[in-house]
Amino acid sequence: MMGTIENAAGRRVPTEVNGKPVVPYQGVGCYMPTGRHAAPPIRSCAQYPADGNKVAPSLVEALRRAGLADGMVISSHHHFRDGDLLMPQVFAAAAELGVRDLVWFPSATFPCHESFIAYLESGLIHHIEGSLNGPLGRYASQGKMAGQAVLRSHGGRYRALQDGDVHVDIAVIAAPAADAFGNCSGVLGRAACGPLGFALADAQYADHVIVVTDTLVPFPCVPWHIQGNLVDQVVLVERVGDPDRIVSGTTRLTRSSDQLLIAEYAARFVRDAGIMRPGFSFQAGAGGISLAFTIFLGQMMREAGVKARFIRGGSTRYLVELLETGLTDYILDGQSFDLEGVRSLRDNPAHLATSPFTSYNYHGKGNFASLLDCVVLGATEVDVDFNANVVTHSDGLLLHGIGGWQDALFARCTILTVPSFRDRVPIIRDRVTTLCGPGELVDVVVTERGIAINPRRQDLFAVLAGSSLPLRSLQELKSEAEAICGGPPALPRTGERTIGVVSWVDGTILDRVQQVIAEGSK
Amino acid sequence: MQMTASAGVRDPGARSDCWVEVSQAPDLPQHRVTSKVAALYGDAIHALIGSTLEALAAADLSATVEDRGALPFTLMARLEAAVRRLRPDTSRPALPPLNPAAQRVTQRDRLRRTRLYLPGNAPKFFINAGLHRPDAIILDLEDSVPPAEKDAAAILVRNALRAVDFYGAEVTVRVNSLPAGLAEIAMLAPHGVQAFLLPKVEDPDEVIAADRLLAEMAESGQAPETIYLIPIIETARGALQAWPIASASPRVVALAIGLEDYTRDIGAQRTPEGRESLWARSQVINAARAAGVQPISSVYSDVDDVAGLAAWAEAERKLGFDGVGCIHPRQVRVVHQVFTPSAAEVEQARRIVDAFAVAQATGLGVVAVDGKMVDAPVVERARRTLRLWELSRP
Repeated sequence: MMGTIENAAGRRVPTEVNGKPVVPYQGVGCYMPTGRHAAPPIRSCAQYPADGNKVAPSLVEALRRAGLADGMVISSHHHFRDGDLLMPQVFAAAAELGVRDLVWFPSATFPCHESFIAYLESGLIHHIEGSLNGPLGRYASQGKMAGQAVLRSHGGRYRALQDGDVHVDIAVIAAPAADAFGNCSGVLGRAACGPLGFALADAQYADHVIVVTDTLVPFPCVPWHIQGNLVDQVVLVERVGDPDRIVSGTTRLTRSSDQLLIAEYAARFVRDAGIMRPGFSFQAGAGGISLAFTIFLGQMMREAGVKARFIRGGSTRYLVELLETGLTDYILDGQSFDLEGVRSLRDNPAHLATSPFTSYNYHGKGNFASLLDCVVLGATEVDVDFNANVVTHSDGLLLHGIGGWQDALFARCTILTVPSFRDRVPIIRDRVTTLCGPGELVDVVVTERGIAINPRRQDLFAVLAGSSLPLRSLQELKSEAEAICGGPPALPRTGERTIGVVSWVDGTILDRVQQVIAEGSK
Repeated sequence: MQMTASAGVRDPGARSDCWVEVSQAPDLPQHRVTSKVAALYGDAIHALIGSTLEALAAADLSATVEDRGALPFTLMARLEAAVRRLRPDTSRPALPPLNPAAQRVTQRDRLRRTRLYLPGNAPKFFINAGLHRPDAIILDLEDSVPPAEKDAAAILVRNALRAVDFYGAEVTVRVNSLPAGLAEIAMLAPHGVQAFLLPKVEDPDEVIAADRLLAEMAESGQAPETIYLIPIIETARGALQAWPIASASPRVVALAIGLEDYTRDIGAQRTPEGRESLWARSQVINAARAAGVQPISSVYSDVDDVAGLAAWAEAERKLGFDGVGCIHPRQVRVVHQVFTPSAAEVEQARRIVDAFAVAQATGLGVVAVDGKMVDAPVVERARRTLRLWELSRP
């Protein structure tokens, strides 16, 4: 049994994760590491074909040439979301080579990776060190995965590679289009997905980089979202991604009246608090509420004649519409959620691809997230001190990744949009099941039953005095939701085992995730 | 003899509802619960099953519950429906406590610009309906509830009337046509309903029967004095009887028209322009105004067509209606905008009323505003505009 320690957020966290010592969370902006970045091995052009042709005959051969061996760390990006057809091929090839105990280091996992449970069982994959969504999270929550999940934000993942917390032996980069030199583009090919920023750190810091594509174009493959100079080998396969599950043809506005209500409150808040003013900036994702927020705010900008300087996406056709109708100068895009987003990124010079390095890396010389005037995010739970959870549900199950959520908390005004309860699950709690974001970074919580402003933001209270918005305290919202749900919920039954940890953006350990004792196994 | 009975929804995709089966226990009753909120409310669910069966004098029954996030009032309603299906002679109900936060005040002439329909057997729509601020909520037991679920819906609606806060909306129930509707009125009147909608009324006697029942219940202390009635005209016969129906009882506060049924009844097709129902709509407006009650129009069924809804509601307002029905919360705000006077209208009305007051003070009967003569009807309309604006302010 390894040791635990109470961190600055009052959470007990392990002092060691997967056999390596870790630093407990010390507070926002308190941990100042020293030292130098990690670096990949030095290579010489003499080791690579002068004609630039790095194409290997097959995935198996490429992995063999890369020196795949037991216990290696294999990384991949998630720009193909639930349409990833590559990683199943990669692990099938690894199985063919007879290796064991690999560590998979994805930037996110999706339901399409459920079949990897068989690899976890067989020992091909020792553990997954990354966000665990849906089926894989449930599996890990039940204590079935060897090793511990280390949950990092997108920026935290970049930082972990840069700082050398994680060393990747082989990075496999799925490319919608590539040339034989290894230049990759995210906006060409059958599996066009938009930017490829989630693969940037892997390309920069892995010992060996393999690009896999189903669309090989003659040099140069442009725009190059990953540069071939970082790439060791290129493999052509039949298919890397399923376009229907990578991006939606069109993103549709939610019909849920409750989500629309929350989105509208959030947009009115941004307008009435004076955040919506000429030259402002905001970020909102592609979830139901975020998308609706963007649409409502867009209408308000149009009515008021207010133009943004930049909007950060997840791009969708609604963001593209704001760009094309002159309501923003730029879209800074981390990932495209629909085909309109991909098209705009390809064709519009004011639609720019960004990466976790530019947007989110906490150990950089600044990043874009803190430049934002406001960001709209979701959460699975919020507590009365504005602390928030985004990875586990109230029953303790680990079901979501952090995504860019932690990184985006650094916006000037962070707005969490959540229902006060879902079905019969209260969302506002006395204490969040898992701490992912410190309450001092959360400025506003918007629910269908009212808007709670963090008492730290007296300036927002002052601006909104006399507003018709339903301002209430989190305590009031919690009480009302609990009255509806039939009292405060019971706490989840958890076991002794720590199945994962939540890493803060600076790499310190913010909280741990415990094994859940399933119903029926009492 | 029947040994088991069930109620509720078994669809795995269902939300905020549950499926319940009760059965005669061979020896000691045992309850089996599967729930997606088992970790949070498993113990509470078990306790509620026990207390509900006890209240129904059915503690000898075993219950199997497949729960998909049902709130307590829903779980109780499903249990009661299953028990009553097994034992129709069950006398006592299992009532959830009255929600002390729920505000239930209404007035005869309150705004009824929007009345939001909620299918009476779909609890997931109940709990947040009031957040969208419709002027009224309609818990529907009629067309949106299949015949086999009428009993369960009535119990669910009764529990919702007691437990759910509709945040100040007038809470109404559309019962089924009489005589079934009378039994529903008798069952629900004690539990906080503010008005009953009577569907497909063709004869003033139907309104009188409902009025009498409510009067008797009020007299014996079973129901409050003030419960209103809103007859709905949905047939040719009803349209021809609009005036006697509107004036049949002092409980009538509004007269509504249902166009889907009406157009079918007269052999017409419902068109966007509504020429086929112009006579009936005018008839309802005139009957309602003659009786001093509010005329209310039908619903707009294309939820995604916001512009179409706004144009249609505007046309209904100009024709003389005071409100329309809504089938989706998104429609509420659009309709409110239409039925709320604009700033320019309010300004104009204020000038008319002020000018008239000055004219009266100086002994003049008539006065002109913006070169137009202002007489009594103009002043009356201006006052109405101001009153509507006053009531509409959030």
